[in-house]
Amino acid sequence: MTTNNKGFIQGLWDFFCSLKLAISLLIGLAVTSIIGTVIPQVPNIPEEYISSLSQTKLQIYDKIGFFDMYHSWWYILLLYLFTVNLVACSMKRLPRVWKIVTEPNLVLDEGLEKSLSLTRDLKLKGGLAALKDGFTGFLAKEFAAPVVTEKDGEVHLYAQKNPWCRLGVYVVHLSIVIIFIGAIIGSLFGYKGWVQITEGTSESKVLGRNNKPIDLGFAVKLEKFSVAFYETGAPKEFKSILTVVENGKPVPGYVNIPIVVNDPLSYKGITFYQSSYGPAGEGGTFYFTVREKKGGAPIKITARQGESVQLPGGRTMHVTESTQDVRQFIPQMSGPAARIEVHSPGKQPDSFIVFRNFPKLDEERGGDLVFSYDGSDEKFYTGLQVAKDPGVWIVWFGCTLMVVGIIMAFFMSHKRIWVRISSSGRVVVAGSASKNQPAFQGAFDELTGKMEKL
Amino acid sequence: MSSSMLFNVTTIVYMVSMIVFFAFLATKNKQIGLVGSWAAYAGWIIQTIAIILRWKESYDMGVGHAPLSNLYESVVFFSWTIILIYGIIELKYKYRVVGAFVVPFALLGMAWAQLGLHSGIEPLVPALQSNWLLYHVITCFLGYAAFAVACGISIMYLIKERQEKADGDSPAGGIFSMFPAIRILDDLNYKAIMIGFPLLTLGIVTGAAWANYAWGTYWSWDPKETWSLIVWFVYAAFLHARITRGWVGRRAAILSIVGFAATIFCYLGVNLFLSGLHSYGK
Ligand code: HEM
Repeated sequence: MTTNNKGFIQGLWDFFCSLKLAISLLIGLAVTSIIGTVIPQVPNIPEEYISSLSQTKLQIYDKIGFFDMYHSWWYILLLYLFTVNLVACSMKRLPRVWKIVTEPNLVLDEGLEKSLSLTRDLKLKGGLAALKDGFTGFLAKEFAAPVVTEKDGEVHLYAQKNPWCRLGVYVVHLSIVIIFIGAIIGSLFGYKGWVQITEGTSESKVLGRNNKPIDLGFAVKLEKFSVAFYETGAPKEFKSILTVVENGKPVPGYVNIPIVVNDPLSYKGITFYQSSYGPAGEGGTFYFTVREKKGGAPIKITARQGESVQLPGGRTMHVTESTQDVRQFIPQMSGPAARIEVHSPGKQPDSFIVFRNFPKLDEERGGDLVFSYDGSDEKFYTGLQVAKDPGVWIVWFGCTLMVVGIIMAFFMSHKRIWVRISSSGRVVVAGSASKNQPAFQGAFDELTGKMEKL
Repeated sequence: MSSSMLFNVTTIVYMVSMIVFFAFLATKNKQIGLVGSWAAYAGWIIQTIAIILRWKESYDMGVGHAPLSNLYESVVFFSWTIILIYGIIELKYKYRVVGAFVVPFALLGMAWAQLGLHSGIEPLVPALQSNWLLYHVITCFLGYAAFAVACGISIMYLIKERQEKADGDSPAGGIFSMFPAIRILDDLNYKAIMIGFPLLTLGIVTGAAWANYAWGTYWSWDPKETWSLIVWFVYAAFLHARITRGWVGRRAAILSIVGFAATIFCYLGVNLFLSGLHSYGK
């Protein structure tokens, strides 16, 4: 029983230490990940897509978890297997590599010499002590300071460069585990939310997943919202001016902070991102100035959205639509504008646009009444994405580690040189590099060439 | 002189370079090979000037931004990075003939951009107004370009290997005798991916950093993100395959070609067939 058990555990360990498993898992993850890019994922599944599926298909997809596949049990299982494989494989190999780094072979004996492909035999004059000093100085100057070992009447020198880069691979593997840890912490202790704030008001709760309200512990006030457009009418900037309010008082340093897309506001680990906007829907009040073309004093008009207002001469008007920046509809114009409809007795209703930035323009329309638009107090709401993620710094640490590890693993090479000096004046030089051996061979030949002249 | 004229010149010069490279394959004349890579470099310099000019033109129009913001600009930049990576590998490892299998990718990009894509300079929408755009796009495309070069080398590998099998032990004749030995092609393939993999990793990390900065989530399984991860998995598999017995050579070459196909899908297919947050190609 015990041997069986041991065999099983050993087998399991070997299974998880296998590179073949790693390749299969990497390819398996690549292939299965495609599913979620083809099938819409929660919460962005269009109604039409659902109704286009047959009942059985819908049930099967739902059972397998295709609609939230990156959180399905089998995808998570793959990620766990991947992690166990990664850790086991690294643990098995790390001690050997650690030994190469920390306990290098200081003595160039025959066995080591045979195992190295780059060796050179030199015949030099001078005593053992002089040669020892000469080579030590030379290596320190041209390569790296050597460790000197005397053994059996011979002197052995060992010099190395970048020994730590051998650990690069393990740094990369560790970084993946760290990123996973950061992601798990984020999903356990953080949240994603959403809040809508109307100009002039504040909110202290946001809606989390499944519209569950989350208390922020402070409030955020929207002082003002504005939109700007390019001359082409394409949107240029969405801007919310926010103030953080805590215990009924504005927080110093967090008053009137503008946020735009790509420039959020963070307070106490909670970050607010500009995401959407719209009219607050209460129907603002619009202000106009009207005068008769034939002369007379201008009169001020106040109209609420949709409300009909009396004008001189039995006419009436109402506002049909309005915008804070007309450029998105009429690229040549800019600024706030309102479309109004004027009803004159016995005539067709007359519909036209007045622009706040062009108060004289309406004269050219040729109507009996000349309008100018003085603006509105229509309010906007801003839609903010809210996120708290205490794991994000761990993720960034992991990412940095990964990049460092990859650079160590790919672009650095552990270079080693051994020298054995005998009292007869025979000197054997050997070398090896963990990467790009041909390039190292060139450097080795150059070094040994110089050694000959020592 | 406008940037669009210079882009046309670039396209023609890449075409000349490709034709000369094919002539090099046919004639095995070293001088012709030299002309082929010179033409590629000349085209690249003209293209560099054109990209800078387009950058300036956008400022003259009052919507100044780096020319990396729509499909046209990204395809042009992709073709620029392909020649850049080719140049680095050629200068470092001295295998000129690789150009015959790499320049066509750059030419394809330029021809498509000039003939089939809308080339107007547009202002940046709010979502793209960030320096992260620059870091993210540059690292990703340099990575993609290295994979394109690796793919060209892998195609050469498969052709050469077949040729050698067909010819038995006799030295390979015909136009393929110019190719480096398959052992060298295998090594070059690995070296190109060693350039591409770190860059793709940086591209994914900068993308995640940007997403986190702009939206508050570094990873949301958006199709583009997921596909970049798929590409990353494939090349990670490639790197591990190389240190496993039995996976060097032919299988590695195939994996490299599959990786590049996934790369192209990540770049173009996702926008054409799937939907998501990334705006290229709309
Ligand atoms: C199941 C997961 C994984 C396992 C079991 C695994 C295992 C290994 C092993 C055993 C090595 C060889 C180390 C040596 O030379 O002694 C290695 C190398 C390496 N691994 Fe992984 N690995 C995994 C995932 C990854 C991933 C996702 C990456 C992504 C960055 C990665 C990056 C590397 C790199 C860059 C090397 C060096 C390759 C080279 O020198 O060409 N590994 N891995």
